Amino acid sequence: MVTENRTLRVLIAKPGLDGHDRGAKVVARALRDAGMEVIYTGIRQTPEMIAEAALQEDVDVVGLSILSGAHLELFPRVIAELEKRGVTDVLLFCGGIIPEGDIPAIQQMGFKGVFGPGTDTNDIIAFLRENVTEKQ
Amino acid sequence: MQPTELIERVAAGDRRALARAITHVEADNAAGREVLAGLYARTGRAQTIGITGSAGVGKSTLVAALAREERRRGRTVGIVAVDPSSPFSHGAILGDRIRMQDLTADGGVFMRSMASRGNLGGLAETASGVVDVMDAAGYDVVIVETVGAGQDEVEVATATQTTVLVTTPAGGDDVQSMKAGLMEIAQVMVVNKADIAGAETAAMQLRALLAIAPARAWEPPILMTVARNNEGLDALVDKIDAHQDYLRTSGHADEERRALAEAQIVSLARAALHRQALETAQGEGILAALVDEVAARRQDPRAAAGVLLEAVRKHWGRG
Repeated sequence: MVTENRTLRVLIAKPGLDGHDRGAKVVARALRDAGMEVIYTGIRQTPEMIAEAALQEDVDVVGLSILSGAHLELFPRVIAELEKRGVTDVLLFCGGIIPEGDIPAIQQMGFKGVFGPGTDTNDIIAFLRENVTEKQ
Repeated sequence: MQPTELIERVAAGDRRALARAITHVEADNAAGREVLAGLYARTGRAQTIGITGSAGVGKSTLVAALAREERRRGRTVGIVAVDPSSPFSHGAILGDRIRMQDLTADGGVFMRSMASRGNLGGLAETASGVVDVMDAAGYDVVIVETVGAGQDEVEVATATQTTVLVTTPAGGDDVQSMKAGLMEIAQVMVVNKADIAGAETAAMQLRALLAIAPARAWEPPILMTVARNNEGLDALVDKIDAHQDYLRTSGHADEERRALAEAQIVSLARAALHRQALETAQGEGILAALVDEVAARRQDPRAAAGVLLEAVRKHWGRG
């Protein structure tokens, strides 16, 4: 939990090759309306681009949206690129089309929140506020 | 990271430390102020460039193209891109990275998005501080992109040395551009999207307006660009360089530096004064009482503002 009443900065990115960004945009808007600053980088981001943007923007949270089915390949690469840059204190969450059976593996990687289609955006907002940590 | 460590690591070119230092400066907290104070002696080496203009004229695309041209010339580039905060939720969508995708992979570029956080001058209140941190970190060029600015969001002129005003063909008749404000602070004028009809006319109107303006030591050049295709960027960087040379070498260099310093001090002091006065007025219940008066039409707002200031002054006098 964040004690200080500060503005959360969130990076919303779409790794991989699918071009469907409606879900990412709905989440970005909901977070904006909840008073957060959302850095939206658009579609077809490489793991390097996502990690570099997270570093430069010094975000509190990184949210990935993916519908292509490549999450088990791409998510570990995003995490590796973040770690390479020393960005280890961000809260990770993801959404999109992620089969039930993959969720434990994704949580194991470090994604605290996994939100599928039909999620109430208020649940995501509450999750972020509860789980984000203070920057050192 | 403690401020002293941040200062050292920013000066040494550590990008993670730079990002964290900017976060503190943007929050305007004690660490941020310490970092700025510690780094200020290292500033003054970068070329600082402001890019302003109405929403939709292509500022982000132009900034990306400008950064590419500066990189082609072997210079490192810092970018500060400001987007508006919602006046209701205070949240923001910062989307400038979308047009700068290719620059993200370039280690010679550092880009930071900022929300205006309620500031009305076209920038975020702490933007000039962020420019200073990037300058101190050793970037050769620091480019600041304002929010879509209408006519009098002229704050960028106090944050950067060279202000570039971006317009497009069919941006309104020439009376639009005769109005005061942005026109008067620009050192370089750009007609972007020059591949659509009316670009020549737009440039001509700007030229005609400058011709009737009082003569100045630096005459703003008028250029045409198609930022989407990187067209006209070579000439734009040449003109920005020329203006930077003018600032350094003309007899006005000292004068210009002092004017910029004064504008920055006044702008920051005004913002701090505004915030502190409002805090006092709210904290003491002064404001709420006056709101009742004015809402019931027992007092007019102008008189109430006078009473408010008097009350704040008295309160400060006691403290």
